[in-house]
Amino acid sequence: MQITVGELKIGQKGIIVDFNIDNIPLKLLEMGCLPGNTIELIQTAPFGCPLYFNVNDSHVAIRLETAKEITVVIENKN
Amino acid sequence: MAKDTIKVALIGNPNTGKTSVFNQLTGLHQQVGNYPGITVEKKIGICKLNETNKATIIDLPGTYSLNASSIDENVVIELLMNKKDENFPDVVVVVSEVENLKRNLLLFTQIKDLEIPTVLVINMSDRMKLKGIELDIPMLEQQLQTKIALVSSRKNIGIEKIKELILNYESLSTHPCLNASSIDPEYFDKLRKAFPNQLVYKLWLVITQDVNFLNLDRNEMKSSFTKSHADLKRLQQKETIKRYQFINETLKLSQKVDQSKASDVRAKLDRVLTHKIFGYLIFFVVLFAIFQSIFDWSSIPMDFIDSSFANLGSYAKMHLPAGEFTNLISEGIIPGIGGILIFIPQIAFLFLFISVLEESGYMSRVVFLMDKIMRRYGLSGKSIVPLISGTACAIPAIMGARNIENWKERLITILVTPFITCSARLPVYAILIALIIPQKRIFGFLSLQGLTLMVLYLLGFGVALFSAYILNKILKISSKSYFVVEMPSYKIPLLKNVAINILEKTKAFVFGAGKIILAISIILWFLGSHGPKSTFGNAEKIISQKTEINAVNRDNLVSEYKLEHSYIGIIGKSIEPAIKPLGYDWKIGIAVVSSFAAREVFVGTLATIYSVGSHSDQEKTIKDQMKNEVREDGSKTFNFATGVSLLLFYAFAMQCVSTLAIVKKETNSWKWPIIQLFFMTGFAYLTALIAYQFLK
Repeated sequence: MQITVGELKIGQKGIIVDFNIDNIPLKLLEMGCLPGNTIELIQTAPFGCPLYFNVNDSHVAIRLETAKEITVVIENKN
Repeated sequence: MAKDTIKVALIGNPNTGKTSVFNQLTGLHQQVGNYPGITVEKKIGICKLNETNKATIIDLPGTYSLNASSIDENVVIELLMNKKDENFPDVVVVVSEVENLKRNLLLFTQIKDLEIPTVLVINMSDRMKLKGIELDIPMLEQQLQTKIALVSSRKNIGIEKIKELILNYESLSTHPCLNASSIDPEYFDKLRKAFPNQLVYKLWLVITQDVNFLNLDRNEMKSSFTKSHADLKRLQQKETIKRYQFINETLKLSQKVDQSKASDVRAKLDRVLTHKIFGYLIFFVVLFAIFQSIFDWSSIPMDFIDSSFANLGSYAKMHLPAGEFTNLISEGIIPGIGGILIFIPQIAFLFLFISVLEESGYMSRVVFLMDKIMRRYGLSGKSIVPLISGTACAIPAIMGARNIENWKERLITILVTPFITCSARLPVYAILIALIIPQKRIFGFLSLQGLTLMVLYLLGFGVALFSAYILNKILKISSKSYFVVEMPSYKIPLLKNVAINILEKTKAFVFGAGKIILAISIILWFLGSHGPKSTFGNAEKIISQKTEINAVNRDNLVSEYKLEHSYIGIIGKSIEPAIKPLGYDWKIGIAVVSSFAAREVFVGTLATIYSVGSHSDQEKTIKDQMKNEVREDGSKTFNFATGVSLLLFYAFAMQCVSTLAIVKKETNSWKWPIIQLFFMTGFAYLTALIAYQFLK
């Protein structure tokens, strides 16, 4: 199932499939936020933004609008 | 054999302990300056490699890659691209750390592409066991075509190995680790043919970055190798993926991680420190504790410095031969120097707390917690760092706003940061609070004076947010909002790093601001002890004619009269109508006006004016002198209303030339500092006026 990183729940992991490169800062790519890598939501700040991720073993916080640009595939739990 | 002095550049990602490595290598043999024309801090240190050889080590700003996104990061590439730069390194030392090796190696592979001899330092090796990480160093060296020093800067392990590798830098391979041009072979071939004498990776950096080097005609390059911004970014993504592929393969061969051992202190701490409720509570308690302790702890050394200089002044007056020169020393220079040194305790404590917050990794959590709230005011979570370090000094704070990606958020941060109570306001507050607020404790432990100080800090912070809110509504700037914050692992701050940081900042203050304070004290002394002949010169005569009173009283009146008719008195009297409604007499007026050079001048100015004005040889501290000052009607000059009015004026007024200069530099326009000056000072005048008229 494909969702955006903004929809992940705390502790949930996904594998990055794609993103709109025009809306993603280069720095995030350099942190390892690249297609094929795993991304896990660790914590959200109050009011749901920013979001704190572990991606490719880098720990980074980004805002919801950036998170919404990143599509991941997660395993269906049913 | 290598040269006698080897030039080394220290480069690494933020949070890799690069500065600790630098401190271990160079100890206190460091010099801090600026890069020409820009305000980026330039740190150079000397390291003794063996009996005959030294290295000069330049500690470059932390960067995640050679794709610069701020002027700090630009410094790194500009140096590495320019072989003619006097600091161009013979060897680069890339600092990485065990836990984030994968990400750290990205920068390493980029630097290897520049074909400069490069050593890899893997720091924090003491954490390997804890994290279940095993490294095959020979394998890694072979894959990366480099030499590696496994180091723990915290435990001082492996530093000798770095020195040894630096010493033998000539034997290092300068081959790139991978062929980055395979991301678009056709394009890179074309580049290579057009500029056969240049490294293709350098050319690529010139095309993608906004930096000037190589003396290449950028326009020529741009026209023949144009690609759209989006195309370039796509290529940069491909480049990054390519590099990570190489790094992943390398680490697969040389690194083993036992996942079960990844015992997570970080996760546990994060659960509490970034918690929706506890997170904020803890942050508030931390701030509160900081301000309480600054006030409580620094008052003892401050009182000591204050009274020592008062003693020294009267000692000089008594034991040096009487005359102009002695007066200059005892009334101008000694109180002036006292007025500088008195800040040292508070500045040291402030930088102690700030560097502990940053070193421990806690600051990033605060950025995370505050982002959403700050955005309501047009700021970024990252604004919290300038706003907190603004409590030390607005100048480094405003420079610290550089890593805010969004221009509007950054501009607003720069504009409101000077409202934050900086350490220069602290002595002014401290002395005024001590005069008007009783020394009582509430509930037996909260000092009322400390509480007042806290209120002043909150007031500054509140007004900063309020102005940000207004600016956010007024300013019509749209820029893309990017926000990426690394959340480093938690670390116990290293004593050595903290100590060096405090020492450096305090030194910078004493010699930087100190010069201004001392100069102003001397000018004030001169203006205060000289005046027109007709009045000032005949003070004794005029007073004797006027009244018949005993000698002691007469001396007092003469000094008073002299001060009033000195040059400074004339200036002061002429501005009195403007400041009288705020509850200030002309002496305070002089102190306020001279504070526009720098706020911290206030206390020193009053000290100079009062010591020139008093005829007695008795030692008096600045505080006593202020307490004893009376108005014409005999009531105390520093009463509650005047005190509050002064506190408010100093809280809001833009009284710092250096800050205005830095704002001009960072915003590249005079418009913003001028707006700041008039808006802040006008606001300060108004609130002080209202407060005084209401309270008097």
